[in-house]
Amino acid sequence: MFHFSNIIRTKGDPKIVEGGPSLKQPADQLARALGWFSIGLGVVELFAPRRVTHTLGMEGRETLVRAFGVREIMAGIMSLSVEKNAGLWARVGGDGLDAAALLSGLTSDNPKKGNIALALLMVGGIAVLDYRAAQDTKPRRPPRDARRKLYPNRSGFPKGIESVRTAARQIAAHAGQNEVKQGDERRVP
Amino acid sequence: MKALVWHGKEDIRCDTVTDPEIQDPRDAIIKVTSCAICGSDLHLFHNFIPGMLPGDIMGHETMGEVVEVGSGVDGKLKKGDRIVVPFTIICGECDQCKRGNFSVCETTNRKRHLADKVFGHTTAGLFGYTHLTGGYPGGQAEYLRVPFADATHIKVPAGIPDEQLLFLSDIFPTGWQAAAQCDIEPTDTVAIWGCGPVGQMAIRSAILLGANQVIAIDCLPERLSMAEAGGATTINFETESVLERLQELTDGKGPEKCIDCVGMESHVMASLPDTLLDRAKQMVMAESDRPHVLREMIYVCRPGGIISVPGVYSGLSDMLPMGAFMNKGLTMRTGQTHVNRWTDDLLRRIEDGEIDPSFVITHTVPLEQGPEMYQVFRDKRDSCVKVVLKP
Repeated sequence: MFHFSNIIRTKGDPKIVEGGPSLKQPADQLARALGWFSIGLGVVELFAPRRVTHTLGMEGRETLVRAFGVREIMAGIMSLSVEKNAGLWARVGGDGLDAAALLSGLTSDNPKKGNIALALLMVGGIAVLDYRAAQDTKPRRPPRDARRKLYPNRSGFPKGIESVRTAARQIAAHAGQNEVKQGDERRVP
Repeated sequence: MKALVWHGKEDIRCDTVTDPEIQDPRDAIIKVTSCAICGSDLHLFHNFIPGMLPGDIMGHETMGEVVEVGSGVDGKLKKGDRIVVPFTIICGECDQCKRGNFSVCETTNRKRHLADKVFGHTTAGLFGYTHLTGGYPGGQAEYLRVPFADATHIKVPAGIPDEQLLFLSDIFPTGWQAAAQCDIEPTDTVAIWGCGPVGQMAIRSAILLGANQVIAIDCLPERLSMAEAGGATTINFETESVLERLQELTDGKGPEKCIDCVGMESHVMASLPDTLLDRAKQMVMAESDRPHVLREMIYVCRPGGIISVPGVYSGLSDMLPMGAFMNKGLTMRTGQTHVNRWTDDLLRRIEDGEIDPSFVITHTVPLEQGPEMYQVFRDKRDSCVKVVLKP
Protein backbone atom coordinates (compact mmCIF):
# COMPACT_ATOMS: atom_id res chain seq x y z
CA MET A 1 0.00 0.00 0.00
CA PHE A 2 1.24 3.50 -0.83
CA HIS A 3 2.08 5.68 2.16
CA PHE A 4 2.71 9.33 1.39
CA SER A 5 5.05 9.71 4.37
CA ASN A 6 7.48 7.20 2.79
CA ILE A 7 8.39 9.78 0.12
CA ILE A 8 9.96 12.08 2.69
CA ARG A 9 11.90 9.36 4.57
CA THR A 10 15.67 9.70 4.58
CA LYS A 11 17.22 7.02 2.39
CA GLY A 12 17.77 3.84 4.35
CA ASP A 13 15.36 4.71 7.20
CA PRO A 14 12.45 2.33 7.85
CA LYS A 15 9.40 2.94 5.68
CA ILE A 16 5.79 2.07 6.47
CA VAL A 17 4.70 -1.23 4.93
CA GLU A 18 1.33 -1.55 6.62
CA GLY A 19 -0.36 1.05 8.78
CA GLY A 20 -1.77 0.13 12.19
CA PRO A 21 -5.05 1.34 13.66
CA SER A 22 -5.29 5.06 14.41
CA LEU A 23 -5.96 6.45 17.87
CA LYS A 24 -8.31 8.95 16.27
CA GLN A 25 -11.99 8.27 16.86
CA PRO A 26 -14.83 9.49 14.60
CA ALA A 27 -15.55 12.14 17.24
CA ASP A 28 -11.99 13.49 16.77
CA GLN A 29 -12.56 13.78 13.03
CA LEU A 30 -15.88 15.52 13.66
CA ALA A 31 -14.20 17.92 16.10
CA ARG A 32 -11.60 18.72 13.46
CA ALA A 33 -14.24 19.36 10.79
CA LEU A 34 -16.23 21.58 13.18
CA GLY A 35 -13.04 23.45 14.10
CA TRP A 36 -12.29 24.31 10.47
CA PHE A 37 -15.95 25.15 9.83
CA SER A 38 -15.85 27.50 12.82
CA ILE A 39 -12.75 29.26 11.51
CA GLY A 40 -14.25 29.58 8.01
CA LEU A 41 -17.52 31.01 9.31
CA GLY A 42 -15.61 33.29 11.66
CA VAL A 43 -13.53 34.71 8.83
CA VAL A 44 -16.69 35.45 6.79
CA GLU A 45 -18.35 37.12 9.80
CA LEU A 46 -15.26 39.15 10.61
CA PHE A 47 -14.46 40.38 7.11
CA ALA A 48 -17.88 40.42 5.38
CA PRO A 49 -20.38 41.32 8.12
CA ARG A 50 -22.51 43.44 5.81
CA ARG A 51 -23.12 40.53 3.53
CA VAL A 52 -24.29 38.47 6.50
CA THR A 53 -26.59 41.14 7.91
CA HIS A 54 -28.01 41.89 4.44
CA THR A 55 -28.79 38.21 3.85
CA LEU A 56 -30.60 38.06 7.19
CA GLY A 57 -32.31 41.42 6.91
CA MET A 58 -30.56 42.55 10.07
CA GLU A 59 -28.73 45.64 8.82
CA GLY A 60 -27.03 47.71 11.54
CA ARG A 61 -25.83 44.67 13.51
CA GLU A 62 -22.41 44.49 11.79
CA THR A 63 -20.42 45.04 15.00
CA LEU A 64 -22.22 42.14 16.66
CA VAL A 65 -21.52 39.91 13.65
CA ARG A 66 -17.83 40.87 13.73
CA ALA A 67 -17.66 40.01 17.45
CA PHE A 68 -19.31 36.66 16.70
CA GLY A 69 -16.70 36.15 14.00
CA VAL A 70 -13.87 36.59 16.51
CA ARG A 71 -15.66 34.18 18.86
CA GLU A 72 -16.04 31.60 16.07
CA ILE A 73 -12.33 31.83 15.16
CA MET A 74 -11.23 31.43 18.80
CA ALA A 75 -13.57 28.46 19.33
CA GLY A 76 -12.33 26.93 16.06
CA ILE A 77 -8.67 27.22 17.04
CA MET A 78 -9.46 25.67 20.40
CA SER A 79 -11.40 22.82 18.75
CA LEU A 80 -8.34 22.01 16.62
CA SER A 81 -5.99 22.06 19.63
CA VAL A 82 -5.27 19.49 22.34
CA GLU A 83 -8.07 21.16 24.36
CA LYS A 84 -10.66 20.36 21.69
CA ASN A 85 -13.30 19.51 24.27
CA ALA A 86 -13.19 23.05 25.70
CA GLY A 87 -13.37 24.40 22.15
CA LEU A 88 -16.42 22.30 21.36
CA TRP A 89 -18.23 23.39 24.51
CA ALA A 90 -17.38 26.97 23.58
CA ARG A 91 -19.03 26.27 20.25
CA VAL A 92 -22.14 24.87 21.95
CA GLY A 93 -22.38 28.10 23.98
CA GLY A 94 -21.81 30.09 20.80
CA ASP A 95 -24.64 28.24 19.07
CA GLY A 96 -26.92 29.47 21.83
CA LEU A 97 -25.80 33.06 21.27
CA ASP A 98 -26.23 32.66 17.51
CA ALA A 99 -29.77 31.35 18.00
CA ALA A 100 -30.65 34.20 20.36
CA ALA A 101 -29.32 36.80 17.90
CA LEU A 102 -31.22 35.21 15.03
CA LEU A 103 -34.45 35.03 17.04
CA SER A 104 -34.16 38.75 17.78
CA GLY A 105 -34.26 39.36 14.03
CA LEU A 106 -37.23 37.08 13.41
CA THR A 107 -39.82 39.84 13.37
CA SER A 108 -42.92 40.10 11.19
CA ASP A 109 -41.58 43.19 9.40
CA ASN A 110 -38.31 41.50 8.36
CA PRO A 111 -38.57 40.67 4.65
CA LYS A 112 -35.75 38.11 5.00
CA LYS A 113 -37.32 36.14 7.84
CA GLY A 114 -37.30 33.06 5.62
CA ASN A 115 -33.49 33.24 5.57
CA ILE A 116 -33.44 33.63 9.34
CA ALA A 117 -35.61 30.55 9.74
CA LEU A 118 -33.21 28.63 7.51
CA ALA A 119 -30.22 29.93 9.47
CA LEU A 120 -31.89 28.89 12.73
CA LEU A 121 -32.42 25.41 11.33
CA MET A 122 -28.73 25.22 10.41
CA VAL A 123 -27.63 26.49 13.83
CA GLY A 124 -29.85 23.86 15.42
CA GLY A 125 -28.34 21.08 13.32
CA ILE A 126 -24.78 22.22 13.97
CA ALA A 127 -25.54 22.61 17.68
CA VAL A 128 -26.52 18.94 17.77
CA LEU A 129 -23.22 18.00 16.12
CA ASP A 130 -21.25 20.30 18.47
CA TYR A 131 -22.95 18.82 21.51
CA ARG A 132 -22.38 15.26 20.32
CA ALA A 133 -18.71 15.90 19.55
CA ALA A 134 -18.25 17.64 22.92
CA GLN A 135 -19.80 14.66 24.72
CA ASP A 136 -17.70 12.14 22.78
CA THR A 137 -14.37 13.93 23.25
CA LYS A 138 -14.67 14.37 27.02
CA PRO A 139 -11.18 14.09 28.54
CA ARG A 140 -10.66 10.66 29.98
CA ARG A 141 -8.64 11.95 32.91
CA PRO A 142 -9.77 10.39 36.17
CA PRO A 143 -11.91 12.71 38.31
CA ARG A 144 -10.14 14.50 41.12
CA ASP A 145 -11.82 12.37 43.78
CA ALA A 146 -11.16 9.05 42.01
CA ARG A 147 -9.44 6.34 44.02
CA ARG A 148 -5.80 6.16 43.00
CA LYS A 149 -3.06 3.66 43.67
CA LEU A 150 -0.37 5.04 45.94
CA TYR A 151 3.27 3.97 45.95
CA PRO A 152 4.47 4.47 49.54
CA ASN A 153 6.93 1.57 49.36
CA ARG A 154 8.77 2.55 46.20
CA SER A 155 11.81 4.29 47.62
CA GLY A 156 14.19 3.06 44.92
CA PHE A 157 16.87 2.55 47.58
CA PRO A 158 17.30 -1.19 48.17
CA LYS A 159 19.38 -0.53 51.29
CA GLY A 160 16.96 2.06 52.68
CA ILE A 161 16.98 5.85 52.67
CA GLU A 162 18.81 6.18 55.98
CA SER A 163 21.71 4.16 54.66
CA VAL A 164 21.92 6.50 51.63
CA ARG A 165 21.72 9.62 53.78
CA THR A 166 24.43 8.32 56.11
CA ALA A 167 26.72 7.49 53.18
CA ALA A 168 26.15 10.94 51.68
CA ARG A 169 26.94 12.61 55.02
CA GLN A 170 30.16 10.59 55.35
CA ILE A 171 31.24 11.53 51.83
CA ALA A 172 30.50 15.22 52.54
CA ALA A 173 32.42 15.09 55.84
CA HIS A 174 35.37 13.41 54.12
CA ALA A 175 35.34 16.02 51.36
CA GLY A 176 35.16 18.75 54.02
CA GLN A 177 38.21 17.35 55.83
CA ASN A 178 40.14 17.25 52.56
CA GLU A 179 39.23 20.88 51.89
CA VAL A 180 40.46 21.91 55.37
CA LYS A 181 43.73 20.01 54.82
CA GLN A 182 44.26 21.64 51.44
CA GLY A 183 43.49 25.04 53.03
CA ASP A 184 46.13 24.37 55.76
CA GLU A 185 48.68 23.37 53.13
CA ARG A 186 48.00 26.57 51.21
CA ARG A 187 48.67 28.60 54.36
CA VAL A 188 52.11 26.99 54.80
CA PRO A 189 54.71 29.41 53.38
CA MET B 1 9.12 -5.06 12.05
CA LYS B 2 6.57 -3.39 14.34
CA ALA B 3 7.19 0.19 15.44
CA LEU B 4 5.28 3.05 17.04
CA VAL B 5 4.93 5.68 14.34
CA TRP B 6 3.92 9.34 14.65
CA HIS B 7 1.14 10.27 12.22
CA GLY B 8 0.14 13.67 13.61
CA LYS B 9 -1.18 15.34 16.74
CA GLU B 10 -2.41 12.68 19.19
CA ASP B 11 -2.07 10.01 16.54
CA ILE B 12 0.55 7.34 17.14
CA ARG B 13 0.08 3.95 15.51
CA CYS B 14 1.73 0.59 15.76
CA ASP B 15 2.71 0.14 12.10
CA THR B 16 4.61 -2.53 10.22
CA VAL B 17 7.73 -0.90 8.79
CA THR B 18 10.81 -2.10 6.93
CA ASP B 19 13.71 -3.30 9.07
CA PRO B 20 16.55 -0.85 9.64
CA GLU B 21 19.77 -1.38 7.69
CA ILE B 22 23.40 -0.55 8.26
CA GLN B 23 23.88 2.77 6.45
CA ASP B 24 27.35 3.69 7.65
CA PRO B 25 30.36 1.65 8.79
CA ARG B 26 29.94 3.10 12.30
CA ASP B 27 26.35 1.80 12.60
CA ALA B 28 25.04 -1.13 14.60
CA ILE B 29 21.59 -2.71 14.68
CA ILE B 30 20.08 -3.87 17.94
CA LYS B 31 17.15 -6.12 18.67
CA VAL B 32 15.18 -4.09 21.19
CA THR B 33 14.40 -5.97 24.40
CA SER B 34 12.82 -3.06 26.32
CA CYS B 35 11.88 0.52 25.60
CA ALA B 36 9.88 3.18 27.42
CA ILE B 37 7.61 6.15 26.87
CA CYS B 38 9.23 9.35 28.12
CA GLY B 39 7.48 12.51 29.30
CA SER B 40 9.06 14.40 26.42
CA ASP B 41 7.39 11.94 24.00
CA LEU B 42 4.14 13.54 25.14
CA HIS B 43 5.32 16.93 23.82
CA LEU B 44 5.69 15.22 20.44
CA PHE B 45 2.34 13.44 20.90
CA HIS B 46 0.76 16.89 21.35
CA ASN B 47 2.76 18.28 18.44
CA PHE B 48 4.17 21.06 20.61
CA ILE B 49 7.71 20.48 19.38
CA PRO B 50 8.14 21.63 15.78
CA GLY B 51 9.77 19.48 13.14
CA MET B 52 7.94 16.14 13.37
CA LEU B 53 6.85 14.45 10.15
CA PRO B 54 4.29 11.68 9.58
CA GLY B 55 6.12 8.38 9.47
CA ASP B 56 8.65 9.23 12.21
CA ILE B 57 9.34 6.33 14.58
CA MET B 58 9.05 7.36 18.24
CA GLY B 59 11.18 6.49 21.24
CA HIS B 60 14.48 7.43 22.82
CA GLU B 61 14.66 5.15 25.87
CA THR B 62 15.81 1.82 24.49
CA MET B 63 18.03 -1.14 25.22
CA GLY B 64 18.68 -4.42 23.53
CA GLU B 65 21.09 -6.90 22.03
CA VAL B 66 23.48 -6.12 19.17
CA VAL B 67 22.60 -8.21 16.12
CA GLU B 68 24.70 -6.54 13.42
CA VAL B 69 27.69 -4.21 13.41
CA GLY B 70 29.22 -2.06 10.68
CA SER B 71 32.81 -2.47 9.63
CA GLY B 72 33.84 0.78 11.34
CA VAL B 73 32.63 -0.03 14.82
CA ASP B 74 36.19 -1.00 15.45
CA GLY B 75 35.76 -3.89 17.83
CA LYS B 76 34.00 -1.70 20.40
CA LEU B 77 30.81 -3.69 19.95
CA LYS B 78 30.14 -7.19 18.77
CA LYS B 79 27.12 -9.32 18.03
CA GLY B 80 25.45 -10.47 21.22
CA ASP B 81 26.56 -7.50 23.34
CA ARG B 82 23.86 -6.13 25.62
CA ILE B 83 23.65 -2.36 25.43
CA VAL B 84 21.57 0.54 26.65
CA VAL B 85 21.25 3.23 23.98
CA PRO B 86 21.71 6.81 25.24
CA PHE B 87 19.13 9.14 23.73
CA THR B 88 21.85 11.53 22.57
CA ILE B 89 23.79 10.27 19.56
CA ILE B 90 27.48 11.08 20.01
CA CYS B 91 30.58 10.83 17.87
CA GLY B 92 33.04 10.81 20.76
CA GLU B 93 35.56 12.75 18.67
CA CYS B 94 34.42 16.37 18.29
CA ASP B 95 35.49 19.18 20.58
CA GLN B 96 32.24 19.07 22.58
CA CYS B 97 32.35 15.29 23.06
CA LYS B 98 35.95 15.56 24.25
CA ARG B 99 34.78 18.10 26.86
CA GLY B 100 32.01 15.72 27.97
CA ASN B 101 29.31 17.98 26.52
CA PHE B 102 27.79 15.05 24.67
CA SER B 103 24.30 16.50 24.15
CA VAL B 104 25.79 19.25 22.02
CA CYS B 105 27.91 16.93 19.88
CA GLU B 106 28.84 18.85 16.74
CA THR B 107 28.81 15.88 14.38
CA THR B 108 25.77 13.68 14.78
CA ASN B 109 22.83 15.91 13.80
CA ARG B 110 22.31 14.93 10.17
CA LYS B 111 19.96 17.90 9.68
CA ARG B 112 22.24 20.44 11.31
CA HIS B 113 21.25 23.15 8.85
CA LEU B 114 17.83 23.23 10.56
CA ALA B 115 19.27 23.33 14.07
CA ASP B 116 21.80 25.99 13.06
CA LYS B 117 18.94 28.20 11.91
CA VAL B 118 16.61 27.59 14.86
CA PHE B 119 19.05 27.31 17.77
CA GLY B 120 21.99 29.29 16.39
CA HIS B 121 24.20 26.20 16.54
CA THR B 122 23.53 22.53 16.08
CA THR B 123 23.05 20.15 18.99
CA ALA B 124 23.47 16.38 19.00
CA GLY B 125 21.28 14.06 16.99
CA LEU B 126 18.56 12.46 19.09
CA PHE B 127 16.61 9.25 18.59
CA GLY B 128 12.88 9.43 17.88
CA TYR B 129 12.66 13.17 18.18
CA THR B 130 12.14 16.21 15.97
CA HIS B 131 13.91 16.70 12.64
CA LEU B 132 15.65 19.67 14.28
CA THR B 133 17.72 17.01 16.03
CA GLY B 134 18.26 14.82 13.00
CA GLY B 135 14.93 13.03 12.68
CA TYR B 136 16.54 9.68 13.52
CA PRO B 137 14.11 6.74 13.79
CA GLY B 138 13.45 5.95 17.42
CA GLY B 139 13.59 2.86 19.56
CA GLN B 140 9.92 2.09 20.22
CA ALA B 141 10.34 -0.68 17.70
CA GLU B 142 11.55 -4.23 17.38
CA TYR B 143 14.90 -3.18 15.91
CA LEU B 144 16.91 0.04 16.04
CA ARG B 145 19.80 1.32 13.94
CA VAL B 146 22.31 2.97 16.25
CA PRO B 147 24.41 5.50 14.33
CA PHE B 148 27.95 6.21 15.61
CA ALA B 149 27.46 2.99 17.59
CA ASP B 150 31.14 2.76 18.53
CA ALA B 151 30.53 5.76 20.84
CA THR B 152 26.74 5.78 21.25
CA HIS B 153 26.22 2.91 23.65
CA ILE B 154 26.43 1.88 27.27
CA LYS B 155 27.56 -1.73 27.63
CA VAL B 156 25.74 -3.42 30.47
CA PRO B 157 26.42 -6.73 32.15
CA ALA B 158 24.20 -9.79 32.05
CA GLY B 159 22.40 -10.75 35.23
CA ILE B 160 20.73 -7.42 35.93
CA PRO B 161 17.14 -7.16 34.65
CA ASP B 162 16.34 -4.73 31.82
CA GLU B 163 14.05 -2.78 34.14
CA GLN B 164 16.98 -1.74 36.35
CA LEU B 165 19.19 -0.68 33.43
CA LEU B 166 16.80 0.76 30.83
CA PHE B 167 16.61 4.20 32.41
CA LEU B 168 20.36 4.76 31.99
CA SER B 169 19.25 5.75 28.48
CA ASP B 170 17.60 8.97 29.67
CA ILE B 171 15.60 9.63 32.83
CA PHE B 172 18.15 8.44 35.40
CA PRO B 173 21.10 10.46 34.07
CA THR B 174 18.69 13.33 33.34
CA GLY B 175 17.52 13.43 36.96
CA TRP B 176 21.12 12.98 38.09
CA GLN B 177 22.47 15.77 35.90
CA ALA B 178 19.67 18.04 37.12
CA ALA B 179 20.81 17.48 40.70
CA ALA B 180 24.54 17.38 39.97
CA GLN B 181 24.51 20.74 38.21
CA CYS B 182 22.98 22.24 41.39
CA ASP B 183 26.32 21.76 43.21
CA ILE B 184 24.42 20.43 46.23
CA GLU B 185 25.88 21.27 49.65
CA PRO B 186 25.02 19.25 52.81
CA THR B 187 22.99 22.19 54.18
CA ASP B 188 20.94 22.73 51.01
CA THR B 189 17.22 22.51 50.48
CA VAL B 190 16.47 21.32 46.96
CA ALA B 191 12.96 22.02 45.63
CA ILE B 192 11.83 19.92 42.68
CA TRP B 193 8.83 20.87 40.56
CA GLY B 194 7.16 17.87 38.89
CA CYS B 195 7.13 14.31 40.24
CA GLY B 196 6.97 12.52 36.91
CA PRO B 197 9.71 9.99 36.07
CA VAL B 198 12.49 12.60 35.73
CA GLY B 199 11.34 14.34 38.91
CA GLN B 200 11.44 11.02 40.78
CA MET B 201 14.99 10.40 39.56
CA ALA B 202 16.00 13.96 40.51
CA ILE B 203 14.63 13.41 44.03
CA ARG B 204 16.69 10.23 44.49
CA SER B 205 19.75 11.90 42.96
CA ALA B 206 19.50 14.90 45.31
CA ILE B 207 19.30 12.49 48.27
CA LEU B 208 22.29 10.49 46.98
CA LEU B 209 24.22 13.75 46.53
CA GLY B 210 23.60 14.65 50.16
CA ALA B 211 20.92 17.36 50.16
CA ASN B 212 19.72 18.27 53.64
CA GLN B 213 16.08 18.54 52.56
CA VAL B 214 14.32 17.66 49.31
CA ILE B 215 10.90 19.17 48.59
CA ALA B 216 8.78 17.76 45.76
CA ILE B 217 5.89 19.67 44.17
CA ASP B 218 3.06 18.05 42.18
CA CYS B 219 -0.70 17.55 42.36
CA LEU B 220 -1.11 13.82 41.74
CA PRO B 221 -1.40 11.69 44.91
CA GLU B 222 0.33 8.65 43.38
CA ARG B 223 3.34 10.70 42.29
CA LEU B 224 3.52 12.55 45.61
CA SER B 225 3.40 9.22 47.47
CA MET B 226 6.28 7.92 45.34
CA ALA B 227 8.22 11.14 46.00
CA GLU B 228 7.66 10.80 49.71
CA ALA B 229 8.84 7.18 49.57
CA GLY B 230 12.06 8.49 48.01
CA GLY B 231 12.71 10.82 50.93
CA ALA B 232 11.03 14.06 49.84
CA THR B 233 8.74 16.39 51.73
CA THR B 234 5.80 17.00 49.42
CA ILE B 235 3.65 19.95 48.42
CA ASN B 236 0.36 19.44 46.58
CA PHE B 237 -0.01 22.65 44.58
CA GLU B 238 -3.75 22.14 44.13
CA THR B 239 -4.43 22.20 47.83
CA GLU B 240 -1.54 24.28 49.23
CA SER B 241 0.26 27.49 48.34
CA VAL B 242 3.67 26.55 46.96
CA LEU B 243 5.16 29.91 47.92
CA GLU B 244 3.89 29.79 51.51
CA ARG B 245 4.92 26.18 52.09
CA LEU B 246 8.39 26.71 50.66
CA GLN B 247 8.83 29.74 52.90
CA GLU B 248 7.72 27.70 55.94
CA LEU B 249 10.02 24.80 55.13
CA THR B 250 13.07 27.04 54.64
CA ASP B 251 12.56 29.51 57.52
CA GLY B 252 11.57 32.18 55.04
CA LYS B 253 14.84 31.98 53.10
CA GLY B 254 13.70 29.96 50.08
CA PRO B 255 15.31 26.81 48.69
CA GLU B 256 18.94 27.20 47.67
CA LYS B 257 18.48 24.91 44.68
CA CYS B 258 15.43 24.60 42.42
CA ILE B 259 14.88 21.98 39.73
CA ASP B 260 12.27 22.25 36.95
CA CYS B 261 11.19 18.74 35.93
CA VAL B 262 8.02 20.03 34.27
CA GLY B 263 9.08 22.00 31.22
CA MET B 264 6.94 23.53 28.53
CA GLU B 265 3.55 22.00 29.43
CA SER B 266 3.02 23.23 32.96
CA HIS B 267 -0.34 22.57 34.61
CA VAL B 268 -3.09 25.06 33.71
CA MET B 269 -5.20 26.26 36.66
CA ALA B 270 -7.84 28.95 36.95
CA SER B 271 -6.21 30.11 40.19
CA LEU B 272 -2.96 30.79 38.30
CA PRO B 273 -3.88 33.37 35.65
CA ASP B 274 -0.45 33.27 33.99
CA THR B 275 -1.01 29.60 33.11
CA LEU B 276 -4.31 30.45 31.41
CA LEU B 277 -2.71 33.24 29.42
CA ASP B 278 0.19 30.97 28.41
CA ARG B 279 -2.24 28.28 27.26
CA ALA B 280 -4.24 30.74 25.19
CA LYS B 281 -1.06 32.10 23.59
CA GLN B 282 0.26 28.60 22.97
CA MET B 283 -2.99 27.69 21.22
CA VAL B 284 -2.69 30.55 18.73
CA MET B 285 1.06 29.93 18.40
CA ALA B 286 1.98 33.27 19.99
CA GLU B 287 4.15 31.42 22.53
CA SER B 288 5.58 27.93 22.33
CA ASP B 289 6.14 27.19 26.04
CA ARG B 290 4.18 27.55 29.28
CA PRO B 291 6.95 28.60 31.68
CA HIS B 292 4.96 28.95 34.93
CA VAL B 293 7.45 26.78 36.82
CA LEU B 294 10.41 28.91 35.70
CA ARG B 295 8.63 32.05 36.92
CA GLU B 296 7.82 30.45 40.26
CA MET B 297 11.36 29.11 40.72
CA ILE B 298 12.94 32.50 40.05
CA TYR B 299 10.57 34.06 42.57
CA VAL B 300 11.11 31.55 45.40
CA CYS B 301 14.76 30.62 44.96
CA ARG B 302 17.09 31.90 47.64
CA PRO B 303 19.31 34.77 46.39
CA GLY B 304 22.57 33.39 45.07
CA GLY B 305 20.87 30.06 44.38
CA ILE B 306 20.93 27.75 41.40
CA ILE B 307 18.07 26.89 39.07
CA SER B 308 18.45 23.65 37.14
CA VAL B 309 16.21 22.95 34.15
CA PRO B 310 16.04 19.39 32.80
CA GLY B 311 12.41 19.98 31.71
CA VAL B 312 12.06 20.40 27.96
CA TYR B 313 11.40 23.84 26.46
CA SER B 314 10.99 24.13 22.73
CA GLY B 315 11.05 27.77 21.71
CA LEU B 316 9.82 31.04 23.12
CA SER B 317 8.74 31.76 26.70
CA ASP B 318 7.07 35.02 27.72
CA MET B 319 7.13 37.11 30.86
CA LEU B 320 10.11 35.61 32.62
CA PRO B 321 10.96 37.79 35.63
CA MET B 322 14.49 38.65 34.53
CA GLY B 323 14.60 41.51 37.06
CA ALA B 324 14.28 39.09 39.96
CA PHE B 325 16.63 36.63 38.25
CA MET B 326 19.34 39.24 37.81
CA ASN B 327 18.97 41.09 41.12
CA LYS B 328 18.91 37.87 43.14
CA GLY B 329 22.11 36.74 41.44
CA LEU B 330 20.69 33.40 40.40
CA THR B 331 22.44 30.90 38.18
CA MET B 332 20.52 28.81 35.64
CA ARG B 333 21.90 25.55 34.30
CA THR B 334 20.07 23.55 31.72
CA GLY B 335 20.47 21.37 28.64
CA GLN B 336 19.67 17.99 27.23
CA THR B 337 21.50 15.34 29.20
CA HIS B 338 25.15 14.51 28.58
CA VAL B 339 24.16 10.89 29.16
CA ASN B 340 27.56 9.22 28.77
CA ARG B 341 29.18 11.71 31.17
CA TRP B 342 27.28 10.09 34.05
CA THR B 343 26.51 6.51 33.11
CA ASP B 344 29.70 4.77 34.34
CA ASP B 345 29.06 6.11 37.84
CA LEU B 346 25.32 5.41 37.71
CA LEU B 347 25.80 1.87 36.44
CA ARG B 348 28.18 1.23 39.33
CA ARG B 349 25.58 2.55 41.78
CA ILE B 350 22.98 0.18 40.31
CA GLU B 351 25.40 -2.76 40.47
CA ASP B 352 26.27 -1.89 44.09
CA GLY B 353 22.58 -1.84 45.02
CA GLU B 354 22.66 1.84 46.02
CA ILE B 355 19.69 2.52 43.79
CA ASP B 356 17.20 0.51 41.77
CA PRO B 357 15.60 2.76 39.12
CA SER B 358 12.89 0.19 38.36
CA PHE B 359 10.88 1.60 41.28
CA VAL B 360 9.33 4.11 38.86
CA ILE B 361 7.73 1.52 36.52
CA THR B 362 3.98 1.26 36.96
CA HIS B 363 2.98 -0.33 33.64
CA THR B 364 4.66 -2.94 31.46
CA VAL B 365 2.86 -3.83 28.21
CA PRO B 366 3.61 -5.28 24.76
CA LEU B 367 4.77 -2.78 22.10
CA GLU B 368 1.47 -3.18 20.24
CA GLN B 369 -0.34 -1.54 23.17
CA GLY B 370 1.98 1.48 22.98
CA PRO B 371 -0.47 3.87 21.28
CA GLU B 372 -3.10 3.35 23.98
CA MET B 373 -0.45 3.75 26.67
CA TYR B 374 0.43 7.19 25.31
CA GLN B 375 -3.14 8.18 26.15
CA VAL B 376 -3.08 6.47 29.55
CA PHE B 377 0.23 8.17 30.44
CA ARG B 378 -0.95 11.56 29.15
CA ASP B 379 -4.25 11.37 31.03
CA LYS B 380 -2.59 9.99 34.19
CA ARG B 381 -5.12 7.18 34.16
CA ASP B 382 -4.66 4.10 36.33
CA SER B 383 -2.08 5.98 38.47
CA CYS B 384 0.39 5.71 35.61
CA VAL B 385 3.88 7.07 36.23
CA LYS B 386 6.12 5.16 33.81
CA VAL B 387 5.37 2.80 30.94
CA VAL B 388 7.79 0.14 29.72
CA LEU B 389 7.10 -1.49 26.35
CA LYS B 390 8.21 -4.99 25.41
CA PRO B 391 8.60 -5.60 21.65
